[in-house]
Amino acid sequence: MKARALVIPGLALVAATMAAAPAHAEKLIVSVSNHRVTVTPNYSGEELVLFGSVEKDATTPPNRTYDLVVTIAGPRADMVTRRKERKFGIWINTDSRQFLQVPSYLAIFSNRPIDAIASPEVQRRQQLGMNNVVLTQRVGTDYADVVPNDPFRSAFVRLRSQHGLYRESSSAVTFLTPTLFRNGIPLPAEVPIGTYNVDIKLFADGQLVTRTETAFEIVKVGFEQFVATSSRQNGFAYGLATVMMALMTGWMASIVFRKD
Amino acid sequence: MQLFLPIADIPVNVFLILAMGAAVGFVSGMFGIGGGFLMTPLLIFVGISPAVAVASVSSHIAASSMSGAISYWRRRSIDPALAAVLLTGGSIGTAMGVWTFTWLRSLGQLDLLIALSYVILLTSVGGLMFWEGLRAMLRASRGNPVPMRRSGSHSWVHGLPLKMRFKRSKIYLSVIPVVAIGLLIGFLGAIMGIGGGFILVPLMIYLLRVPTSTVIGTSMVLTLVTMLFATMLHAVTNHLVDAVLALILMVGGVTGAQFGARAGQKIRGEHLRLLLGLLVLAVGVRFAFELGIKPAELFTVRETGGAT
Repeated sequence: MKARALVIPGLALVAATMAAAPAHAEKLIVSVSNHRVTVTPNYSGEELVLFGSVEKDATTPPNRTYDLVVTIAGPRADMVTRRKERKFGIWINTDSRQFLQVPSYLAIFSNRPIDAIASPEVQRRQQLGMNNVVLTQRVGTDYADVVPNDPFRSAFVRLRSQHGLYRESSSAVTFLTPTLFRNGIPLPAEVPIGTYNVDIKLFADGQLVTRTETAFEIVKVGFEQFVATSSRQNGFAYGLATVMMALMTGWMASIVFRKD
Repeated sequence: MQLFLPIADIPVNVFLILAMGAAVGFVSGMFGIGGGFLMTPLLIFVGISPAVAVASVSSHIAASSMSGAISYWRRRSIDPALAAVLLTGGSIGTAMGVWTFTWLRSLGQLDLLIALSYVILLTSVGGLMFWEGLRAMLRASRGNPVPMRRSGSHSWVHGLPLKMRFKRSKIYLSVIPVVAIGLLIGFLGAIMGIGGGFILVPLMIYLLRVPTSTVIGTSMVLTLVTMLFATMLHAVTNHLVDAVLALILMVGGVTGAQFGARAGQKIRGEHLRLLLGLLVLAVGVRFAFELGIKPAELFTVRETGGAT
C-alpha cells in the first residue's frame, strides 16, 4: 500500500488556511436553518437547509460564475474496519485497519461534479470530494491516508454510505440566483450526536476564491438518551437498576400467574 | 410501533420484540428452560449486535428464572445447599466468561466466538437430546419403558473426595463435580447469553444423580444468580445491557412462559425431550450454516471510541 500524503491533520489545516489567505473581493455569507437539532425518540431523520449568498465588491471581476463545495463533518471518532476471510472452511475476521479520528458523518455537496469545478491538483489540496478527504489510518507506526481505491478505505466509505452517514452529491447545492444559493443537508435516523462543522468553499474558474465556516449541533433528548448516558457513565447503578427490574418483573409474574 | 433502543442504537418494532419474547417464553415454559439459546439468536437475526443481544438477554433470563424459582421455592423443591455449592462455581465462571467476552470483543473475534460456541454446544447437546428422546420413544412404542433413574448405580463421580450431604435432594456427593458444573454453566452463560438450563438439567440428572424433585428448582436458582451477576458485569465493564430491550423481552417472556407451562403438561416427557432436542439442533445448524456460507458483506465497521 502506498501512502499518498503523510500529513498530520493539523498541518493540513494550516496549509489549507494559507491557501485561502489571498484576500479576494468576494465574501460568503451563510446560515443554517437550525443550529441545534434535537433528536427525540420518534426522530426518523431530518433535513437541514444551508442558505447563503456571495457578496461582491468593486474589485470583483464582473460576470464571474461561481461553484460551491460544502463539506459537513460530524463529530470525529476512531473506527475499525475488519475484513472476513475464509479460514478452515468458515468466514472469520482476519485483517483490520484502524481509522483515527475520522468524521462519524461526512457529506460533500456541490453544485456540479467536482471534476468540473477544479483540477485534480486543487481537488487534492482542498480535500474536495470523498476520494480526497483525508481519512487517517494507522499504517504500521505511521499515520496516513491511503489511495482512494484501497480496499479498506473504500469498504469503510461504502458501509458508512449505506447507513446514510457518508454521502456525496454534485447536485445538492443550487444557485437560486447567480449569487444566492441553497443546500439541503439530509440527516439519517442514526445520526451521531455532537458538533457538525460546515466548511463552504467558493470557486471561480477552477480556483478557490474564498471560504467560510459554520456549525450546527445535534443533541438527543428524552428517555432513551437518559438511558444511554447513564449506562455509559454510571455502569454500576445502571446494572443494579436492570437487575432490580428483572427481579421485580419475575416476582410480579409469579404473583399475577399464581396457580395455587 | 417503532421504538429506538438506546444501547443497541437501532429502531425496532415493539410488537415484534414482544412477540419474540412471548414465543420464546412459551417454549421455555413448555420445556422448563430459560430459553436464552433461542432468544439471543433471534435478536441477532433481527439486527441487534451479538454483543448487545448476549448482554441484554442475561437480564431477561434472570426475570424468567426469578418467577420460576419463586414457584419452586413455594413447593419446597429447591435444595439450598446444592444451589449454594453450584453458585460458588457459577460466580467464578461468570466472571471469567465476562472477562473473556471483553477481551475477545477488543480483538474483534467476539461474534465468531458466539457463533462457534452456539454451533458446537447446540449441535452436540441437541443431537444427544434428540437421539435420547428418539430411543425413549422407540422403547415406549415397543412397550418396555426403561426406568429413568437407576438408583444405586454409582459412577466415577461418586468416587471423588470432599463429599458433602445434600439433605433435601437426599444425595451424598463430592463438591468437586458440583463446583465444576457451576463453573462451566456460568462461563458459557456469560459468553453465549444463555441460562444453560438445557445443559445443566441433564448434567445434574445423569452425572450428579440429583432427583427430579429438586433438579429444576435448584438449576433455576443457579441460572437466576449467574444471570443477575452477568447482567451486572456486562453493565459495568462493557455498557452493553439494553434495559429497554430487556424490559420488553421480560414482559413478553414471563407471559408466554405461563401458557407454555400449561401446554407442556399435556405432552409426554419423551416427546418433549425429542422436540427440545430438535429445536436446539436446529438453532445450532443455523449458526453452522451462517459461518460456512460466504457473507454478502466481507467488511464491518465498528466505532472504537474516542468520539469528540
